[in-house]
Amino acid sequence: MSEYIIKNGRVFDPVQGIKGDKKDIFVRDDKIVDSVGSGAKIIDARDKTVMAGAIEVHAHVAGPKVNAGRWYRPEDKHFDSHKTAGITRIEGGKSIPTVFKTGYEYARMGFTFAMEAAMPPLYARHVHEEIHDTPIIDEAALPVFGNNWFILEYLKNQEIENTAAYIAWILNQTKGYGVKVVNPGGTEAWAWGLNCLSIHDPVPYFDITPAEIITGLMAANEYLGLPHSMHLHQNNLGNPGNYTTTLESLKLAEGVKAKNNFGREQVLHSTHLQFHSYKGTNWGDFESGAKEVMDYVNRQKNLTIDTGNVTLDETTTMTADGPFEHHLHGLNHLKWFNVDVELETAAGVVPFIYDPNNAVFASQWAVGLEIALYANDPMRCFITTDHPNAGPFTRYPRVYSWLMSKKVRDERLNTFKKADKVISATTLANIDREITLYELAAMTRAGPAKCLGLSKDYGGLKPGMNADIAIYNINPDKFPSTGPEIEKAFAHVAYLFKDGKICVEDGRVVDMGHKKTFWVDAKVNANKQVMHDVREKFLRYYSVNENNYSVPESYAPHQHIISVDATQA
Amino acid sequence: MPKEVTDVICPFCGTLCDDLIVTVSDDNKTILGVKNACAIGAEKFNHQRMPGRVKRPRMRQADGSYKEITYDEAIDWTAKMLVKSRKTLMYGWASTSCQAMSIGHDIAEKVGAIVDNCATVCHGSSLIAIEDVGVPSCTLGEVKNRADRVIFWGCNPAHAHPRHMSRYSIFPRGFFTVKGHKGRKIYCVDCRYTDTAKCADEFIQIQQGFDYELLDALRTAARGEALPDTVGGVPKEKIYEIAEDLKNARFGVIFFGMGLTHTMGRNHNIDIAINLTRDLNDYTKFAIMAMRGHWNVTGSGQVLGWQYGFPYAVDLSRRDQARHQTGETTSVDLLNRNEVEACFYIATDPGAHFPVNAMISSSRKPTVTVDPHINCTTEISDIHIPVALVGVEVGGCAYRMDNVPIETRKVVDPPEGVLTDEELLTKINQRVDELLAQGGA
Repeated sequence: MSEYIIKNGRVFDPVQGIKGDKKDIFVRDDKIVDSVGSGAKIIDARDKTVMAGAIEVHAHVAGPKVNAGRWYRPEDKHFDSHKTAGITRIEGGKSIPTVFKTGYEYARMGFTFAMEAAMPPLYARHVHEEIHDTPIIDEAALPVFGNNWFILEYLKNQEIENTAAYIAWILNQTKGYGVKVVNPGGTEAWAWGLNCLSIHDPVPYFDITPAEIITGLMAANEYLGLPHSMHLHQNNLGNPGNYTTTLESLKLAEGVKAKNNFGREQVLHSTHLQFHSYKGTNWGDFESGAKEVMDYVNRQKNLTIDTGNVTLDETTTMTADGPFEHHLHGLNHLKWFNVDVELETAAGVVPFIYDPNNAVFASQWAVGLEIALYANDPMRCFITTDHPNAGPFTRYPRVYSWLMSKKVRDERLNTFKKADKVISATTLANIDREITLYELAAMTRAGPAKCLGLSKDYGGLKPGMNADIAIYNINPDKFPSTGPEIEKAFAHVAYLFKDGKICVEDGRVVDMGHKKTFWVDAKVNANKQVMHDVREKFLRYYSVNENNYSVPESYAPHQHIISVDATQA
Repeated sequence: MPKEVTDVICPFCGTLCDDLIVTVSDDNKTILGVKNACAIGAEKFNHQRMPGRVKRPRMRQADGSYKEITYDEAIDWTAKMLVKSRKTLMYGWASTSCQAMSIGHDIAEKVGAIVDNCATVCHGSSLIAIEDVGVPSCTLGEVKNRADRVIFWGCNPAHAHPRHMSRYSIFPRGFFTVKGHKGRKIYCVDCRYTDTAKCADEFIQIQQGFDYELLDALRTAARGEALPDTVGGVPKEKIYEIAEDLKNARFGVIFFGMGLTHTMGRNHNIDIAINLTRDLNDYTKFAIMAMRGHWNVTGSGQVLGWQYGFPYAVDLSRRDQARHQTGETTSVDLLNRNEVEACFYIATDPGAHFPVNAMISSSRKPTVTVDPHINCTTEISDIHIPVALVGVEVGGCAYRMDNVPIETRKVVDPPEGVLTDEELLTKINQRVDELLAQGGA
């Protein structure tokens, strides 16, 4: 039995409504408790900020396209391959770090969980191999469904029950966590070199629209009562004027009610909203649509979003939105990687340089910040960089500095080469809001935990919850005033407790912890139709046999299985 | 009663067929028959019961003969060699599981070794090209379900990947390709009339060494620009005709092999083939894929990728950073320059594939070879450690040529007392730890 008292820390915990009070936190083994014995080890947290472990809601950290990004970009390692003293392995990569660096860096910043945002079912084994090798942090992965032939066929006939049964089967086969949808219909169209840019474009051959796919998958998700909602990357990403497509897509959730036993309230999570909130008709008259989009999100309580903040770095874009990566390659002419995956999805990878001297990129930076700053409810808006698409996750401390300090933000805004253009194309200059530590705890801990259906055990510091705790060298009474100081404070925790064990101390990794893989086991009634379709598709169209498709549990040595019973649905 | 094991994965080539049926004796010790496999794949399973198989490590004596030693002795010798050597080449990995590779990399990082795989003498030039220009590709099921134009360029799957054509690329009927072979137009570009060329609708005989020129001419023709009368022995009318036909494809794919990677131009040949594919995507959908050889060479690239960020030739000898530079950290160059102090070969036979000078250099260094069988490399090694056949006697993850991961299956028990790669490497790793804790060998 190990016990700790985290003494005199300034605690920020939206789960209990604690806003910086001086408070002791007690830890026994892997849980937070009410009290501990006299032999407990004392951690002095005086003048330090104490929060739950942070939860990454959307990042591309493991799997085939992530790894393609790694190995086809040796240049990403040229200035960043090193080993720190101690128990860590060699760490490499800037925009797409190796698995070791990914685990260490998240932990050093106070994160204890990351959601891999897009897992092609056929490549699930690869995703889990990488998750297995990523140290410290817990992880889960969302299989992609929005262009899957089974789904397209079932939803064309509005067969929600079959859709749900197939989703349950895939979650079990791939050890997946929920329902990810990327450019619904558009990626299937991409297999013929086409796309669906509006939610009413019919998908070639399958004769179904993106709107029908979104609506149907939302219904199937609630039919199953999964811990997480449908997780949507809308059509028409990254194009001027796309905010109308975004609003149309979000409106599909109107009237849909969340049905689950996990305390989740949203039915649609709209991801990297920054990329979907543009006005204008071309890159010349490009403008921010963040205000319009966020006004809608603020009103519509059954939605959650994450930001997708541009960090103004050289990075590597990667998405299952295959046609978008081809389009992007046409814009910047950097090397293009593409894989179309039989019956399921596709993915593309293109390096990208968000040059701050370019008015569009600087405006994208502003749009991302506007989205967070316009959010009325920090429990429904989460900070991400859509790692590595808008920037590497290692830049979170810098994003926090822009959000938490008007001064730091304006310094950046006003020193852009084309500052005037950025200021006129966006509304950022007029926003005075500064995100507080309490709001940050909601946007990076309590909120994502609730959105993912993990709020019972994660995202807070209430006795009974899991002892994932981050302690920062930040005195809330003397909050650092410069950008570099804020960044430094969030980049290296004073302590990180993961499952009640100290894994990081003074920014140094001291223990690899007990990393877990989360997946959802949804039970449905036996469904002969779906099992027949599975059999037939494997016999006739897949290039692997059905019996070689499933990912065995041995790939997730420390499983955290969340069971859902949809047999009575 | 003999029993049948179904859905068995063939551990021979990058096609990674997963529909084999293997008949196994009652006691789980002997393979009695193999169905669905090609001749080479079947042989891989039949090897398992070959008489005279080495079942214990062997150490070479001063007179050149080999003496049987225990696994413990072999492990101790190997660990000491690794710890003592300041720069060890740890080459191979293409015929073992990803789990075993992972343990090998852990050892390499501790002792400061170079990890390299068969790509170094195979599709390494393709990997360099992809590092330069990316690659638009797809899974093999996409080819089966959609492709109506298939080009085999400088490769001969009829011999090297015997079931590729029937499973994925020429004959199968897929969702949008219900006519199978009849609905596809097959091109074969080669300087020789191969058995693959016999299956093609159109054989383009190219002058040896003119691949870059012909690919460039196809790009030029696709853009409607002027061409000389012939390019690489192919008349310009033909080139325009092909370019037009490729643009009219619904879904096209180029498969390429050693005929591109190892002729004049090497990575530049692949580079321009990729660029042709990219250009064709302005008109229709096109993909390109390397015909990877060893069944899990792709897996080695993947594991190295996620652990260090490079697909082959990863130099960990500095111990605090990973480096990858073709010509500098590649096996053949390291051996030719006499830059390594010891060699550790596993799951591949460099003796059969490397240039002779590289192997002469290798033969003068302390060498350990881990392989189920006697091969060219074991015969120039100080120690040969036999192991279970991965994919036959033990399972483990492998990656197909299109990077699709498939778990190989165990169908029979390994011979009594023979370790698997994972078990052996784990023990070597533990011994290395002990030695390092004691301050070296």
